[in-house]
Amino acid sequence: MAEVSTQTQQATASHHEELNYLNENRGVKSWLLTVDHKRIGVMYFWTIMTMFFVGGVLALVLRTELLTPKRLLVDAQVYNQLFTLHGAIMTFLVLVPLIPATLGNFAMPIMLGAKDVAFPRLNLASYYIYVVGALMAVAAILGGGLDTGWTFYTPYSSTTSGGVGIMTMAAFVLGFSSILTGVNFIATIHKLRAPGMSWYNMPLFIWGMYATSLIQVLATPVIGITMVLLLMERIFQVGIFDANLGGDPVLFQHFFWFYSHPVVYIMILPGMAIISEVIPTFSQKTIFGYKPIAWSSVGIAVVGFLVWGHHLFVSGQSEFAAAVFSFITFLVAIPSGIKIWNWMATMYRGSISLKAPMLYAISFLLLFGIGGLTGLFLGALAVDVHLHDTYFIVAHFHYVMMGGTLIAFFAGVHYWWPKIYGRMYNEYWASIACLLVFLGFNGTFLPQFILGARGMPRRYYNYLDQFQPLHVASTIGSYILALGLVIMAVVLIAPLFRKRYDAPNNPWGAASLEWTVSSPAPTHNFHHDPVITHGPYDFKAARAAEKAGAHA
Amino acid sequence: MNWLRSIIMPEIQGWQHARDVDDLFMFILYVSIILYAIIAIGVGYFVWKYRRRRENEVTPDFSHNTMLEIVWTVIPTIPILVMFFWGFSTYMHARVAPADALEIKVVARKWGWDFTYPNGMTFGQEMHVPAGRPVKLLMISQDVIHDFYVPDFRIKQDVVPNRYSTIWFEAEGPGEHVVFCAEYCGLDHSNMLAKLVVDTEDQYQQWLERKAEEVMNMPLPELGKLLYVSKGCNSCHSVDGSRIQGPSFLGIWGQTHRFTDGTSAVVDEDYVRESVLQPAAKIVTGYEPVMPSFQGLLREREIQALAEYIKSLQP
Repeated sequence: MAEVSTQTQQATASHHEELNYLNENRGVKSWLLTVDHKRIGVMYFWTIMTMFFVGGVLALVLRTELLTPKRLLVDAQVYNQLFTLHGAIMTFLVLVPLIPATLGNFAMPIMLGAKDVAFPRLNLASYYIYVVGALMAVAAILGGGLDTGWTFYTPYSSTTSGGVGIMTMAAFVLGFSSILTGVNFIATIHKLRAPGMSWYNMPLFIWGMYATSLIQVLATPVIGITMVLLLMERIFQVGIFDANLGGDPVLFQHFFWFYSHPVVYIMILPGMAIISEVIPTFSQKTIFGYKPIAWSSVGIAVVGFLVWGHHLFVSGQSEFAAAVFSFITFLVAIPSGIKIWNWMATMYRGSISLKAPMLYAISFLLLFGIGGLTGLFLGALAVDVHLHDTYFIVAHFHYVMMGGTLIAFFAGVHYWWPKIYGRMYNEYWASIACLLVFLGFNGTFLPQFILGARGMPRRYYNYLDQFQPLHVASTIGSYILALGLVIMAVVLIAPLFRKRYDAPNNPWGAASLEWTVSSPAPTHNFHHDPVITHGPYDFKAARAAEKAGAHA
Repeated sequence: MNWLRSIIMPEIQGWQHARDVDDLFMFILYVSIILYAIIAIGVGYFVWKYRRRRENEVTPDFSHNTMLEIVWTVIPTIPILVMFFWGFSTYMHARVAPADALEIKVVARKWGWDFTYPNGMTFGQEMHVPAGRPVKLLMISQDVIHDFYVPDFRIKQDVVPNRYSTIWFEAEGPGEHVVFCAEYCGLDHSNMLAKLVVDTEDQYQQWLERKAEEVMNMPLPELGKLLYVSKGCNSCHSVDGSRIQGPSFLGIWGQTHRFTDGTSAVVDEDYVRESVLQPAAKIVTGYEPVMPSFQGLLREREIQALAEYIKSLQP
């Protein structure tokens, strides 16, 4: 291994200490018209977090309503609208863009040794397309009457009154934002790698981004087409899904899940990508099984296209189709398992430090483990028939989506926060927040597995008295979870009021390129083109390089 | 491990298939617990055993092991294949009804169930079946997608418009079970419950005869009261003056209703008839046009009965 990591590092530190992407240009206009991938990532971050806050508050209202079997806060109409909006906001506005648009945008080009993404203006355009889509979704909320569930199943959605039209258009517009980001990332990863960075020399985060972008580009058009067909039916009475017009309502479910199942992997692969960075860094040990982890991402992306039918096991699809989809669904479990074993092998004989990002990464392993294993129950045909459309499903996908994607995102936010804002947060309170989030999350969703297995259907405003104790437990858990999230937000935001940038360039002893530049990152990332001399998980070489730099 | 089973799954009062489903459920649960214990204990042990004792510790350099990758890929695959085949064969058993099954036709609508028996009689909201005989349901929806779900029997099937779907079961002994609608269908989705009563063969036959007789001879207001429950009117219209989704029936007979289009009408036989058959024609101010039509679902005598029942509801 070579002695020096990059030639740029020291020049950056000594000459331009005060100038970085945050303070080099000032004013609102310099943000709104920026083509800097880092600023676009930051704008995405705050916009998506605003949406996450709205979706989270809706969830708390829902959980509070469910404290009693009958009416407590809102009536059935409002309840149905609330769970629809919670689902639609959290999937389309939060989880889909969450990691690629924020941390991907911010960190990926620096990790590749590039000055920006391949198409910086297109990157800004996809942000504004996202904002337009988000505003349309907000309009649907304020307009009221959207009560179809986030899945928009026909014929209910093609006959009900209210904001379905504008919400489907919002999903259509958001899809374009997603596609453009995907195209941009694929081009960036192919063309803008620094000299010396071969495919197998890329950080695994980049592999995850690449697999995600592939799905975004290939699957998202299908949801766009489906939403347009739905609108054609509502406006022009073209019979596609509505049985009264000669259509087939189950066809919608096929179209919908042909996109919306791969979308689950758009959400989870970037989460796994973050974990693949955090675990080696905080174990100070090279990643175990680089190629299996990298290719299992691609494997999940490919197989993920062929499992949509497992959402239709009780819809009346043929038994043969059900058997095939069940089989392929079980196959997806295998690459996910491979990743977990490799991460554990990475920790084996490492030098493990339980800083906040690592605490979240471990929470991810424990929560995603439950999310993945409960998927086995749902892949098995006979058991799925009983559990389908019950709280078991609700708990399962929250363990995957929130316990997986969001927790991994939090790991990533705590990991890159010093690079984004140049300040360190309070480690003690960050750990407390993580603990509360972990306990609150389990308190919320573990009872829901039992609720579902005992037969409690989802999307129920009223429920039988026998289910109340578990619902109360779940609601109390959600309050603890909310408290944890609030503390986390305070912990992350409080340091931003400090004037001084006090974060070192490489606070965690990481070995990938973004930690060789100053914190916050310089406007153009690198003052000289970096040359890669060691791998992204070669901590010994990185340490030696840093030492050499410090003495220079 | 029966305690674990009893915590998680509802008690089985049903039939053999439910036991088969639970056996598979428990198998998957045990495999999951073993795999999860390996993950959780492994991670916990590594975190403690390899905790950072000082900065710049030197860690070993190994980065791959093909044998290990093969082992931890292949070994978990074996129980997973077992789950697939077991799940598939149990599922197929519940898909194919015996040829001699008693056939009951089910119509789902917003927000209630109608059950039509081999003798041609239709009753809503409460299904009676004989124990010890396979029962096959031939189901269709009148409006949006619903789903027939009996947790006690571990069976569930979507009920779709424009296409029949089927499901079957064989209840072992008398008892009462809850039927849920498990596919979200709008405003009153969570009230779209039905009762499934398993009788002995004799009780079942007597019940059918008694119901048939009752309906033939029933005075109109009483028949109306029966229909008010069996057709699901009660999920949206109260009889005590309280507001649900639609106007209460209490004391409205002879009153003048004002409508969203500015017109008004007196509540009489014609108005009730129109409201039942063409609910969207007149919408009372302050309410949503959500009521489904009962065109073709009620006989003339039954509509008269409903009108008489409403007439009888005076405060």
